[in-house]
Order: sequence, then structure tokens, then C-alpha cells
Amino acid sequence: MFPYLPLRRGGASVWALVAAFLLGLWAPLAQAQKLQPIPAPSMHVTDNTNTLDARQKSALEARLVNFEQATGSQVAILMVQTTAPEDIAAYANRVGNTWKIGRRAIGDGLILIVAKRDRKVRIEVAKALEGAIPDLAAKEVIDEAITPAFRVGDYVGGLTGALDRLETRIRAEALPSPNPPGPDAAQASLDGDDGPGAMHQQGFQWFDLAVFLFVAVPLLGGMLRRVIGRRLGAVAVAAAGGALAFLFTWSIVAAGAAAVLAWVLGMMSWNSPWQRSGNGRFPGGVVAGSGLGNVFGGGLGRSGGGGSGGFRSGGGGDFGGGGASGDW
Amino acid sequence: MRNLISTLLIASLATLLGGCGYNEFQSLDEQSNAAWSEVQNQYQRRADLVPNLVATVKGEAKFEQDTLTQVIEARSRATAIQVTPETLKDPQAFERYQQAQGQLGSALSRLLAVSEAYPDLKSNQSFRDLRVQLEGTENRITVARNRYIQAVQAYNVKARSFPSNITARIFGYTPKPAFTASGEAQSGTAPKVDFGTTPQPAR
Repeated sequence: MFPYLPLRRGGASVWALVAAFLLGLWAPLAQAQKLQPIPAPSMHVTDNTNTLDARQKSALEARLVNFEQATGSQVAILMVQTTAPEDIAAYANRVGNTWKIGRRAIGDGLILIVAKRDRKVRIEVAKALEGAIPDLAAKEVIDEAITPAFRVGDYVGGLTGALDRLETRIRAEALPSPNPPGPDAAQASLDGDDGPGAMHQQGFQWFDLAVFLFVAVPLLGGMLRRVIGRRLGAVAVAAAGGALAFLFTWSIVAAGAAAVLAWVLGMMSWNSPWQRSGNGRFPGGVVAGSGLGNVFGGGLGRSGGGGSGGFRSGGGGDFGGGGASGDW
Repeated sequence: MRNLISTLLIASLATLLGGCGYNEFQSLDEQSNAAWSEVQNQYQRRADLVPNLVATVKGEAKFEQDTLTQVIEARSRATAIQVTPETLKDPQAFERYQQAQGQLGSALSRLLAVSEAYPDLKSNQSFRDLRVQLEGTENRITVARNRYIQAVQAYNVKARSFPSNITARIFGYTPKPAFTASGEAQSGTAPKVDFGTTPQPAR
């Protein structure tokens, strides 16, 4: 084989070539991994550049908290050094769709992103607010409020001026008023705990689990009962249910709950349920199922919500690339 | 006893249908179609902006006619090809659509690059507005394309992996084509921005 010949004569250069080739293979991958990280949205104002002092920051924060309480819309400010290698528009969109700020059912979120070293700024508007703040309006805010102030180093002035205009525009839009605290709001916050992105999958898994519990468990229970008797059958069903739940969810809590539920259902289905009344048992099962969902949902919320207090994303914002960018 | 058997039968049928992924095909197919509609919607939005842009640029007396004609031609080619969710399954039609849109995209970016050389045009308010709108539309196109790629990926994985591929074959859920970077690059035919050092021959 001919590659051996040059290898013996100039081994080093061949290996250098091989190394260069391998590096070349890895380079795009390494570059792809070097995207700027997205900070967690713990406050309305996130300043990773130390541009704002504590007083300015808390003033902006208080203002945005007030605005959220008054209108329900979530507006956030993010200041980073750079968005390289991404364009600020791409980075902003990534931030938007990671944070998903904006109320769950409405999706009214807006992020003002400043890349200080790049001297770029972007107003990223969620789809729900594209009517209130079309691209041209966002560009106007940047050109008239942000750019002139930033040019003379007045970052707070620029941000405040921009917020003045943006808040006026959002207030002018007929969005639903913020939810009054009540069962509705409690439900919404419970749903909101599932964490961005995971919610659809979570919901679907719960549905599967419910189907499994209410169809497969009684069936299996009925068969096992006939074969090995009531108590043993219920225990066997509970074990199988628990194991399967663990397999699906990888959660010991869910597995334990499913096992207990399966055991209860196994014991209950003693009186040949499908011959007498299949419906009679169902409401109880549904209640038990929703209880299980609450337990699990609560557990997830604690891990995902974070006790940072000030700000929690509503999880409804869908950012489709709307908004405008500018520089100074 | 008969009740028991019928319940068993229904349950096993439901499990079978659930296991073979028929329901998931419904939702994945619908999701990718919706994502495609959004892509088309944004491309249409871009095409709608072009006549205004052309009209504004024409106001600039000495503007390079060649660049302008290319935009107009690319637009008419791009709007001539429509891809519905049904023809979406045809990779060739998809490729043609992608190429036509890619050509319009590169013609537009050439126009914007050339416009840098015209200070009057750059300070023209309606040109600036159109430029902002065009930029916003390009961003939206990027987002919509990415979402379509993701939706199609989920669908194609389902359509190709076992055992759901059997369901896919029975019900005719064939894999769908997605955007490729190379397709876009090819269609661009290398946008050469030539700032008049060698005047291009008039056509």
C-alpha cells in the first residue's frame, strides 16, 4: 500500500497532515460549541457587563416589575459583552426562545439586548407583540432613543428612553389585563413550573401514563387475579406498574406513586368492574391521577423555578425573529 | 365473559395503534405542515416587499440597472413556484422552490450592498423603512426555516425508524425534504459584488 512509503521517509509531515485533517474535521464542531451561553433569567434586568451600578439596576428592575404587575407583559433587559460568533439577531432569538418570556396564554414578551463590545443593540419582540411593536417601530426606538444616548455613553438614559416608548406602545395595545389572583392564576403558575420546552412532552407522558393506568392495570389485574389470587395479583400489578413508571419517567417518586395507585386499582378491581359498571370507578381514578400529577408537577417546579424571587418567565413567549437591530 | 373479551380486544387494538405511532404521525405531519406554511408565509412577505423596494430604488436615477433587473427577475421566478403541503413530498419541486427563493435572497442582498454606494438612497426614508422590513423578514425566514427543519427531522425520524416505518409505509407517510445549506449556496451562484471596476456588458 503506497501510503507507507511517504510515512517512512517523512513520517512527521504525514502525521502533521493527518493531525491537520483531524483538526479540520473537528474545527467546525468546536466552533459550533462556542456559541455564547444564555444566562438564566433571574431578574428583569441582567447586566453581565457591569455597566449599570446597583442603584440604576434596581431602578430599572423596579420599573419593569411595576410594568409587569400593571399590564402583565414581560419586558426584560439583557446586557452582554458580545454575541460572537452569532449575529445579534440570531443570539437574541435564541435567548427569546430559551426564556420564553411573556404570559403563558398570551405570549407578550420583549427582550432588549445590548452587546456592549460589539456596539450592537436589538429589540427582540415576541409574536404576540409584533402588532404593538412592528419592526419599523422597534427600529425607530433604537434610532431615536438608544443610539444617541449610547453614543455619549449614557446607557441608563438610552435604556430608560427606550422603555418609555416601548411601554407606551404595549399599553396602547389591547392585551388582556393581568390575571387576578385566583384559582386561574394558581393553575397557570402551576403549569408554568414545568419549565420551558418540556411542557408538551410532559403533558403527553402524563396522558400515556393515565391511559396505561386506567386501561392496562385493570386488565392485567383482572388476569393476574384469576391466576394467582387477589392479594398477590394486586402486589404483582403494583410492582409491574411501578417498574414501568420508573422506566418511563426515571423518577422514584412517580414510580412509587404509580405502584401504590396500581395496587389500589388492583384491589378495587376485585369486584369484576367491567361486568358491573366500568364508569363507577372512573372518577376516583381520575382524581387519583390528577393528584399524582400535582405531586410530580410540584417536584419539577422546585427544581426548575429557582428561588431568585424577582422574575419568572411566563413561558408563553414565541419569538419568530421580529424586532429590529441597530448599532451605535 | 364476552364483555371481557371485547374490552381486551379494544384495549389491545388501542395499544397496537398507539405503539405503531399512527397518532404521532398525525401530529408530526400536521406540525411540519404548519411549519412549512410559516416558511411560505415569510417568503411571500419578502416577495411582497420587493415591488416597493424596486419602485423606491428606481427613483434613484443612476442606479445600476443590472442589479435591479436581477431582483425583478428573481422575484418573478420565485413567486411562480408554489409548494403546497401535498407537493412538499416531491424533493424536486422542493429543490426548485428553494433555489428560486435562494436566488431572490442573494439578488436582494446584492441590491442592498450596491445601495451603500448611493448616499441619496441611503438617506431616503422610505428606502430605510423598506430595508428594516426586509431585514426583519429575513430574520423571520431564518427562524421559520429552522423550525421547519426541526419539525421535518422529528417526522422523518419517525417515518424511518422501526416499527413506525411500517405504519408510515401503510399510510403513505414518506420522508419529507428539508432545507439544506448546500442547496441555498448553489442557488446563489456566488453573489459577486462588483463595484464597477469592469462594467458588465449590457444585455
